[in-house]
Amino acid sequence: MAVENRRLGFAMFFPAAAYIVLLIGGPLILAVMYAFSDARIGNPGYHYVGLENFRSILQSPSFRAALRNSVVFTVVAQIVVIVCSTMLSIALEKPFRGRKFTRFLILLPWVAPISLGAIGWKWILDSIYSVITWVLIWLHVYKPYGAPMWLGEPKLAMASVILVHCWRLIPFSTVIMLAGLTAIPKDIPEAASIDGAGFWRILFRINIPMMAPIISVAVLFGTIFTFTDMTVVYILTAGGPFDSTQTLPSLAFATGIQGSDLAAGAAMSLFLIPVLVLIAYFMLRAAHRAEVT
Amino acid sequence: MTRRGWRKLGPGVAKFATLATFVVLLAFPFYWMLIATFKQNIDLYTVENNPFKFNLPPTLDHLKLLFFETRYVRWLGNTALVGVIVVIITLLLAVPAAYALARLTGRWGQRMGIAIFLTYLIPPTLLFIPLSRVVAVLGLQDTIWSVVLVYPSFTIPFSIWLLMGFFKSIPKELEDAAMVDGLTRFGAFVKMVIPISTSGILTVVIFTFTLVTQEFVYALTFISPESQQMVGVGIPIFLVRGDVYFWGSLMAACLITSVPIALLYNTFLDRFIAGFTVGAVK
Repeated sequence: MAVENRRLGFAMFFPAAAYIVLLIGGPLILAVMYAFSDARIGNPGYHYVGLENFRSILQSPSFRAALRNSVVFTVVAQIVVIVCSTMLSIALEKPFRGRKFTRFLILLPWVAPISLGAIGWKWILDSIYSVITWVLIWLHVYKPYGAPMWLGEPKLAMASVILVHCWRLIPFSTVIMLAGLTAIPKDIPEAASIDGAGFWRILFRINIPMMAPIISVAVLFGTIFTFTDMTVVYILTAGGPFDSTQTLPSLAFATGIQGSDLAAGAAMSLFLIPVLVLIAYFMLRAAHRAEVT
Repeated sequence: MTRRGWRKLGPGVAKFATLATFVVLLAFPFYWMLIATFKQNIDLYTVENNPFKFNLPPTLDHLKLLFFETRYVRWLGNTALVGVIVVIITLLLAVPAAYALARLTGRWGQRMGIAIFLTYLIPPTLLFIPLSRVVAVLGLQDTIWSVVLVYPSFTIPFSIWLLMGFFKSIPKELEDAAMVDGLTRFGAFVKMVIPISTSGILTVVIFTFTLVTQEFVYALTFISPESQQMVGVGIPIFLVRGDVYFWGSLMAACLITSVPIALLYNTFLDRFIAGFTVGAVK
C-alpha cells in the first residue's frame, strides 16, 4: 500500500515538477552560462570568456548606479511601507460601517495590474499637465511654469519611483498584517486594558511587538517585489534621466534585450541572486519557527 | 479639554484620520483615470484649467477612440485566451501535484512543497534573458504562445502551494471510506476529493487568471507586434504613438481593465493571503 502510494504520488507530482525544472531550472543554468560567454542576439554559438562580463559591467558607471539604486529604492520603500501599513492595519482591524468598501479602495493599487497603475502615475507626474504641479501653483509654492519636472530631474525621478513602489506595496503589507493581527490572542491586550493600560500603551508594548513575525513576512515579500521589479521604472522613467533611476532589472533589460548583449544582461541579472538567497533563508527560518511552536 | 478626555478621543480620531488619508492617497490615481476618461482634450491640455472639475462638458470621444480605433479590444481578447489556456495547464498540473504532496509522499513531500514555494520567489527579471532565447529557438517569438508556455512556470508553484494547504484540511477518513467502497486511491481523488475541493480550485483559477493579466516583463520581452499584445503591455506601450500620449484613452483603458480585475482579485484576496502567510501566522 505504502509503495503503491509512493508510486502514484510520484506519477502525480512528476509532470508539474518537470515543467518547473524545464522552465525555471533550465533557464537559470542558461543565465549563468550566458554570463560567462560573449552571447549576443543574432550571434549563436557559445564562447566561454570567463569573468570578462563581470569585469566590464563592474567598471560601467550605469551598472554601479543601477546596483546602488536597487538597494536604495528597496530599503527606503520597505521602511515607508512598514510604518504606513502598520498604522493602516491597526486602523482597519476593528469592524466599522463601510469597512469592506474602505478595504477595497485601499487594496486597489495592489490588485490592479501594476503596468496600468504606473501609467496612471505617469499622467499624475506629467511634465506639463501634472495635477501636483497645478496644486502647488494654486498654493503659490511655485510660480506658473516654474515647477520642476517630476520625472525629469534625477532626485525627483528617484523619489517618484520610490513613491509608486510604496503606493503599490502598502496595500499588500496591510492585508498581510491584518491577517497577523487577527491571529494575536485577544485576551492579552484585554487583560492589559483591565489592568489600566491605555490604547497607545497597548499598541506599542503589546500589539506591535506581537506583530513582529508577520511584519517580517511582509518585509521579505516586499523586498523581493521591489528589488526584482522593472515594470515601475520602465514605464515611469525607462531608467532616466541619465541612468538616475536605473535598477538592476531595468538595466539588464536595456542591455540584454534592447541592446542585444545577452551576456552582459545575464551577468547583471545574476546580481539579484544573493538577495534572493538571503530572503529564501529568512523565509525558511520563519516557516521552521512556526512549525516548532 | 482635559488630558483624560484627549486620551479617550485620541485613538478614534487618529484612526479616522489615518484611514481617510490613506484611502485618498491610494485610490487617487484611479479617481484621476476616471476624470481623464471623460474630459475633452482642450480641457485636459489647458494648464490654467482647474483639473479637478469639468471645465467643458464631458465627452465619450476617448472611449470611442479606444474601442474603435485602437487594438484594445484585440488585446483584451488575447489576454482572455492566454488566461484560459494557462488556467487549464495550471489546473492539469498543479491539482494532482498538490494532492500528491499533501497525501502520498510523507516527509519527502513536505520538503518538495517548500522547494516548490521557493521557486515562486524566483522573479521574471532573472529569467527573461535566457527564456527569450528558448522562446526564439522554439519559434514562439511574437506570438501569444510564448507567454502561454512561460506563464505556468510561475502560476503552477503558487497554485500547488495553495492547494496543498487545502487538501491537507480535508479529513483523510473521506478517502478511506471511498476506498473501502472499492475505489482506487486515484479514483477516490477524482471522484471524492476534486468535487469537494471546488472552492480551492476556483481560488486557483482566479489567482492564475489575475496573474496572467498583471504580468508585464515576459510579455514585453517576447512579443513585439502590436496585434499580438497582452493588455498589460499593449496599453502602456502601444497607446503611445511616438512621443504622443493619448492620455484620455490611455486612462480610460487603464480604468476599464483594472476595475474588473481588482474586483475579482479582491473577492478572493483572503485566501491568497492565507497562502502567502502559511507558517508565519499560527
